[in-house]
Amino acid sequence: MRYVLAVLVEDKPGVLVRVAGLFARRGYNIESLAVGKTVEPMVSRMTIEVEADEKILEQIIKQLYKLVNVLKVSNLTEEPSVDRELVLIKVSADVSNRAEIQQIVETFRAKIVDVALNSIVVEVTGNQEKLEAIIMLLSQYTILEVVRTGKIAILRGSKAIK
Amino acid sequence: MKMSGIQMVVESLRNELVDTIFCSPGGTPGDMVSYLSESDIRLVMYCHEQGASHAADGYARSTGKPGVVFCTSGLGLTSLVTGIATAYADSVPMVVFAGRGMSASSVYDAEVDMDISSITLPSTKHSIVVRSILDLPRSIREAFHLATTGRSGPVVLDLAFNAQTDTGIYRYPKNIDIRGYNPVYNSHQGQVSKAAKVLAKAKKPLIYAGGGIIYSGAHEELRQLAEKFNIPVTTTLMGLSGFPTEHPLALGMLGMHGTYWANMAVNEADVIIAAGARFDDRVTGRKSDFATKATIIHIDIDPAEIGKNICVDIPIVGDVKQVLLQLLQKTGPQDTQSWLSQINAWRSSAPMRYFQDPEGQICPQFVIEQIYEQTKGTALITTEVGQHQMWTAQFYKFNKYRSFMSSGGLGTMGYGFPASLGVQLGCPDDVVFCIAGDGSFQMNIRELATAVRYNLPVKVAVINNQHLGLVRQWQEMFFQSRYSSVVLQSAPDFVKLAEAYGALGLRAETPSEVIPVLQKALSAPGPVVIDFRVKAEENVLPMVPPNCSISEMVMTVE
Ligand SMILES: Cc1cc2nc3c(=O)[nH]c(=O)nc-3n(C[C@H](O)[C@H](O)[C@H](O)COP(=O)(O)OP(=O)(O)OC[C@H]3O[C@@H](n4cnc5c(N)ncnc54)[C@H](O)[C@@H]3O)c2cc1C
Ligand SMILES: Cc1ncc(C[n+]2csc(CCOP(=O)(O)OP(=O)(O)O)c2C)c(N)n1
Repeated sequence: MRYVLAVLVEDKPGVLVRVAGLFARRGYNIESLAVGKTVEPMVSRMTIEVEADEKILEQIIKQLYKLVNVLKVSNLTEEPSVDRELVLIKVSADVSNRAEIQQIVETFRAKIVDVALNSIVVEVTGNQEKLEAIIMLLSQYTILEVVRTGKIAILRGSKAIK
Repeated sequence: MKMSGIQMVVESLRNELVDTIFCSPGGTPGDMVSYLSESDIRLVMYCHEQGASHAADGYARSTGKPGVVFCTSGLGLTSLVTGIATAYADSVPMVVFAGRGMSASSVYDAEVDMDISSITLPSTKHSIVVRSILDLPRSIREAFHLATTGRSGPVVLDLAFNAQTDTGIYRYPKNIDIRGYNPVYNSHQGQVSKAAKVLAKAKKPLIYAGGGIIYSGAHEELRQLAEKFNIPVTTTLMGLSGFPTEHPLALGMLGMHGTYWANMAVNEADVIIAAGARFDDRVTGRKSDFATKATIIHIDIDPAEIGKNICVDIPIVGDVKQVLLQLLQKTGPQDTQSWLSQINAWRSSAPMRYFQDPEGQICPQFVIEQIYEQTKGTALITTEVGQHQMWTAQFYKFNKYRSFMSSGGLGTMGYGFPASLGVQLGCPDDVVFCIAGDGSFQMNIRELATAVRYNLPVKVAVINNQHLGLVRQWQEMFFQSRYSSVVLQSAPDFVKLAEAYGALGLRAETPSEVIPVLQKALSAPGPVVIDFRVKAEENVLPMVPPNCSISEMVMTVE
């Protein structure tokens, strides 16, 4: 099963290496990883998506807690939460198909953020299904490049992770 | 008070009550070592960094105090990796100070500097890079705190050049609060009560005690609990010396080369208390068959060990000393007599034995028994890794707390001899024996120079079977005796080699020479190497073959 973990860490050099190393050493594959600052100074939040069974997940959480720089680990999978990812897609496009692509972009409430003679860049935000769907539709044209932020997630309601 | 970073280090070591530093000095910056040599802290110099790190480890295991290693140049740091990893695998408290040179201020491309924190990342409890003198005192306090509390382990302090040479105001923090580090000492009372209830109904209880007993200093509580409720105790390799081998309730070691009766007891027990032990695969054998009839209570200070290798019924996270004290206040099993007689029946059906023909070659087991006899069990023992290590576990009687130092988790050949020098430095009044294989001893044999330099009267008993014995045994038992790369005919003459270093070299070739040679070694004031020429193809038995249940022990090889 795929799990989403919110990990609060001290914002210190080397923390990312420790977390990534833990996954690598034990052979757990990180599906996606997003890191950014929080409102609290010197504390960053990682959203880690991982494919695992329940027993492995328990080990991952315990091993994360063993890292001195890890402050808190929350499993967002079972709780109601909102998750989003942002993707930028560079598609080969010219006058002949730009309008068609524009239509797809509009249907997905995406945005065109760059237009050049032979290409455009599309920005989409959403959950994973939406992103997969638009990438699939755009792949009928030539996709030159895709870049994704990795998933971020937050609990619904007033409960906050800190 | 204003002082330089180097002075701060020395001052902090005083505050941490460090009396010995294990080092192999480098060039940069030279004044770190010279400062230390002027202080009251003893600086012990090793031939090789690996030796220094194992010595610090031996010092830590025998005294319970953290071992402190100094390495002032990046160049030597890679040689420390094995020592750090060995300590990590066995949860040994250690603090490593690694000073960077001037050229490597923060980017690692100077040839003599290495990013030691990254290299050792998977095998340290934590590492701290100190970039500024402002962080130095606090970082040192943190390193000692992390190394010695919770599940202890090695911590690396990587000191940037500036942090060593700049000056600043020195204030050493007494207490320290690390937000992401809160080891659990006090266990959940509900879990302890639950465990006590199960224990009270047990008919066939067993305590499986590990290294945690030793780290926690819980040997007394363990003995009291066992005696109060008549519960037999088996220990892991790392738990040896945590419960007296000669105690009537002691079953010896369990696992791959454990006793038949300990393994049978695990198999038949109805309640097992795993106390500071981590269900290593050398202990459990085939996991699906391990202790299938037992309710397992697992006491461990590291929550990640719970349920890691074996599913347990009642986890108790906490300090094992505290938990055993609490269990002592509760009710326990009523009557374990018939269980104990059952175990004794197993014991007499398959006792540990070997046959020493007085006219034949020396049996390695006989040498180990005689080391016990001649020192009346008072010696502190280190071992290398291999058959001799297993025979030591089987035939030496560890009645004295913290008297056994061996690399179990990593199984590092080359550990035992330098470790014995650290043990001797930490326990100057004790007799220290290193029981070594002819293969392992050669891995760090150069530290004979250190033994002679500091006149450390360690006795090295080389169990010389002219083979990498344990590997040879596996090739014999599991690869139809197709021997490859296990014969050590080109080993040096250990007697001459000892003499070349300025130590005493002795040799025993027949059983009748064993005792006189040991007595001679014991009365010698300095370091001694004894070359025991033993039977070459003796096997360590009994043995649980790989992927078997621990009840499927092989008793003889034919
Ligand atoms: C050639 C060879 C053969 C071997 N054969 C055997 C064998 O036959 N039998 C055997 O037993 N071993 C054997 N070993 C050793 C084996 O590999 C393991 O090292 C050993 O079994 C681990 O011992 P342990 O479970 O006591 O754990 P340790 O490694 O000693 O770990 C201690 C445990 O206690 C916990 N702990 C630490 N402090 C505390 C505290 N204050 N309170 C509570 N818990 C605490 C830790 O978190 C950890 O889980 C062999 C090794 C080698 C190299
Ligand atoms: C550094 C290292 N390299 C290799 C091994 C694998 N190994 C385990 S036991 C052993 C043989 C040890 O031989 P010796 O020291 O002569 O002891 P004996 O088994 O003969 O008593 C080897 C090579 C190891 N444990 N450590």
